Amino acid sequence: MAEGGHERAVVTVLGEDRIGIIAAVSAQLASRRVNIMDISQTTVGGIFSMVMWVDLAAMTVPLDAMVQEMEELGQRLGLIIQMRHMAIFAAMHRLDREEP
Amino acid sequence: MNLSHREILETVEMVQTLNLDVRTVTLGLSLLDCAQGDSGELKERVRAKILRHAGGLVAAVRSVERTLGVPVANVRLSLTPVALIAGDLDEDGILELAAAVDLAAAEVGLDFVGGFGALVAKGTTPADERVIRSLPRVLAETRHVCGAVVAASTAAGVNVEVVRSLGPILLDAAHRTRDAGGVACAKLVVFANAVEDNPFMAGAFHGPSEPEACIHVGVSGPGVVLGALRRHPAASIPELADIIKRCAFQITRAGELVGERVARALKVPVGIVDLSLAPTSARGDSVGEILMEMGLDRLGTHGTTAALAILNDAVKRGGAMATDRVGGLSGAFIPVSEDAAMAQAAAAGDLTLEKLEAMTAVCSVGLDMIAVPGDTDAATLSAIMLDELCIGMVQGKTTGIRIIPVPGARVGTWVSFGGLLGQAPVMAVRPGSARALLTRGGRIPAPLVALHN
Repeated sequence: MAEGGHERAVVTVLGEDRIGIIAAVSAQLASRRVNIMDISQTTVGGIFSMVMWVDLAAMTVPLDAMVQEMEELGQRLGLIIQMRHMAIFAAMHRLDREEP
Repeated sequence: MNLSHREILETVEMVQTLNLDVRTVTLGLSLLDCAQGDSGELKERVRAKILRHAGGLVAAVRSVERTLGVPVANVRLSLTPVALIAGDLDEDGILELAAAVDLAAAEVGLDFVGGFGALVAKGTTPADERVIRSLPRVLAETRHVCGAVVAASTAAGVNVEVVRSLGPILLDAAHRTRDAGGVACAKLVVFANAVEDNPFMAGAFHGPSEPEACIHVGVSGPGVVLGALRRHPAASIPELADIIKRCAFQITRAGELVGERVARALKVPVGIVDLSLAPTSARGDSVGEILMEMGLDRLGTHGTTAALAILNDAVKRGGAMATDRVGGLSGAFIPVSEDAAMAQAAAAGDLTLEKLEAMTAVCSVGLDMIAVPGDTDAATLSAIMLDELCIGMVQGKTTGIRIIPVPGARVGTWVSFGGLLGQAPVMAVRPGSARALLTRGGRIPAPLVALHN
């Protein structure tokens, strides 16, 4: 299923904090022309959690393939990296189902 | 739309640690057009139609679960009740049709296919009778095929003749699968007031008033509710209900979105979202544990029915706010073998058949996945059905019975049915017999509450 237009997704990264996490995740996204729109991160008790809001308009692979690439990147880095279409978060957290 | 870091992680946690999933994406498919023509060729037409419509189903589901990050546990197909299309097929012909459906299901990668059954609340046709008689062989000799017999409704009453015939049929089906705990019986549900758009097995069928094809979704998520309740140990009952309601909203929305995306990929309409809390035997993914977290020190003790009533209503409120496509059974499920806490409570003697029967008056299904001794009298099995069907008939709600007389097993023996069907201890049935009542035959008339007009 090709994704495009104004579709957006969220990348979440969970794991032990260390140098280079953002760089590695950003590089993978950039290689597929996924644009990072916003980043939020916190570290609680050494556990790193990052949320990236990304735009899929120029993405060069289908979203399901991209999701898999990010998971595999997580496995290589020893982190839990997940990517989901924005629609799932909007559906679950807002009365209004309009996608952003 | 601004979604916060906390909200994003809440969804991630639900999937990651609280077992949020969609229990089933079920394609409802009409076979009514297959009934035209030579019944000898029926199975070819059915097989071709399944391959045509369900061929891309599993791939579509896998793609949607990946892009939305919500696992889908099962992919299923519900078909027109076979008695409506069986025509003059004899029992061997019906078995061949079941085998063809089973093969087609395996070919397209489905977990289960529902609809091998009959709608007989008021009476039977010769085709209904042949389909019901074929059930032991169909359920024992196929892998994916499930059956549903609708033997009662508020409008029609209870077809006691059929219920009486189902006791021996259960024993026969159990005997034919005696090496697997009688698992054939786990694939048969006997219903009062069955719904035509149920996505859950074993009782799913695509009713005659449904469209040609549509995508139904059955949500799950007891773990999410349990996780939320654990964070609020001091909540009052209204606060409890509110927490459950919010969880149900989120779970339902996730399921609805999955259904919309799969339907879009297959170019068929969305059917319904079944607002159910369907447990699995995974630890923490249990309706029984939710009831205990609400304030029971033993599951099955006095107060259990009240806790279930609170839970069931709150689930419906949240789900109804989330979607206008509410359908199916929609409520909390209490299958014994599929819910680790329920099975433990049954083993401890805290949860009995009688208590389960009372609980079914306030939740969505009925006596579900209950193992009883293999030497239980056929009349007693029919009488258990009769009691439960009457609860559904009088309350104007759906009730179902899925009971497994486990060959060679005594009370207390644990039986494993495999996969999502889980494991359970064999439970005791009441002494005595209603054989004389059953042999009176005929129909229990529709109750006075049926006279709405």
